[in-house]
Amino acid sequence: MHAFAYCRPAALADALRELAADAEARPLAGGQTLLPVMRARLAAPSRLVDLARVRELTGIAAAPGGLRLGAMETHAAIAEHPAVKRLAPALARLAGGIGDPQVRNRGTIGGSLANNDPAACYPAALLALGAAIETDRRTLAAEDFFTGLFATALAPGELVVAVQVPAAPAAAYVKFPQPASRFALVGAFVLRTEAGYRVAITGGGMGVFRWTEAEAALDSGATGADLAGVPLDPELFTGDLHASARYRRALARVAVARALADPAFAA
Amino acid sequence: MEMRLEVNGTAHRLDLPERTLLVHALRDQLRLTGTHIGCDTSQCGACTVHLDGVAVKSCTMLAVQAEGRRITTIEGLAKDGALHPMQLAFHIHHGLQCGYCTPGMIMAGLDIVRRHPRPDLGTIRAELEGNLCRCTGYHNIIRAIAAGAEAMAAAATGERPGEGQGQ
Repeated sequence: MHAFAYCRPAALADALRELAADAEARPLAGGQTLLPVMRARLAAPSRLVDLARVRELTGIAAAPGGLRLGAMETHAAIAEHPAVKRLAPALARLAGGIGDPQVRNRGTIGGSLANNDPAACYPAALLALGAAIETDRRTLAAEDFFTGLFATALAPGELVVAVQVPAAPAAAYVKFPQPASRFALVGAFVLRTEAGYRVAITGGGMGVFRWTEAEAALDSGATGADLAGVPLDPELFTGDLHASARYRRALARVAVARALADPAFAA
Repeated sequence: MEMRLEVNGTAHRLDLPERTLLVHALRDQLRLTGTHIGCDTSQCGACTVHLDGVAVKSCTMLAVQAEGRRITTIEGLAKDGALHPMQLAFHIHHGLQCGYCTPGMIMAGLDIVRRHPRPDLGTIRAELEGNLCRCTGYHNIIRAIAAGAEAMAAAATGERPGEGQGQ
């Protein structure tokens, strides 16, 4: 790891000032991605602004219509929180399946969203749920926030503050984990509301996306078994040593079908 | 930079570069070499320690991030020369082969018991996802954690552990 300066502000305004003062500074959330990346010398920030004590970034609470999750809340905290389990049980289970217990005890939702790994779990949930991402200066719809591979709408020095998640009783997430990293080889988050189905796929390789053709088919009465014939753009999938693009695309159909078989959709 | 770390109940003042990982501060500065470095890539869990009682991988954390928190390493478990019930369970059930992963397995096992006071074997298997044993000696590790959990529950309620627990 290259040398860097370190600071640990206690207030959001101070963290933003530190980031604004140095274009090469990076915020440090749980560090479960950033620190390994720095150790591999794939990133060499001049300064780390540790967000661990920034009080405005914490808290999990029921909010009008759903939940508000502070950016620095860990996967473990979200997985175990009674309000999340009650209002968005699929999101709690998703959080409880990220990485491994030790990673879940450190990794944060804000860090995961800002990183937007194309195989991360949260982006699929937020896109399907129609969640909103609060930053220090604006609120963005999930579909405007995730802009591509490891890319988001965040401006330099802009921090995720919290995530607003609508209550979602009828939803499920199914992922095929890559066995070593436990990232999604492919994951599918399916939501059903009065307005219809929403289906988001992560792990394809080009970044999270909504499978709108499947949503339309399900709205018209199709079932998981019918998804084999529903168009799914091959350009949204790439191959690597873990899985070919064709295999990932096939897994996406299976993941959605399995999600639809979740008891959450029985009612 | 100067940093203050509380490890196994003892306060330390260290002057280390910002980039020092917690595992290196523990091993190289405090000579607490029971915490091992296995994969060095946050996969294997040999470096697992507790931060305020919660399991974390000390190779994926800066030492300075642990300031103001209570760090517990494998060396902090035994009290007055008596092994912690989880350590004793690993001894009784031979929950190790080469022993390299053992400190991390014990620290992870205690984190499982924190969340699941009497875990079944399936729960233990699932919750050990972040710890690798290159000897593949998982069966006895899982038995040891189950027995350790029983012994801890018995100690908490004043019961004697059951005969069937391999005592």
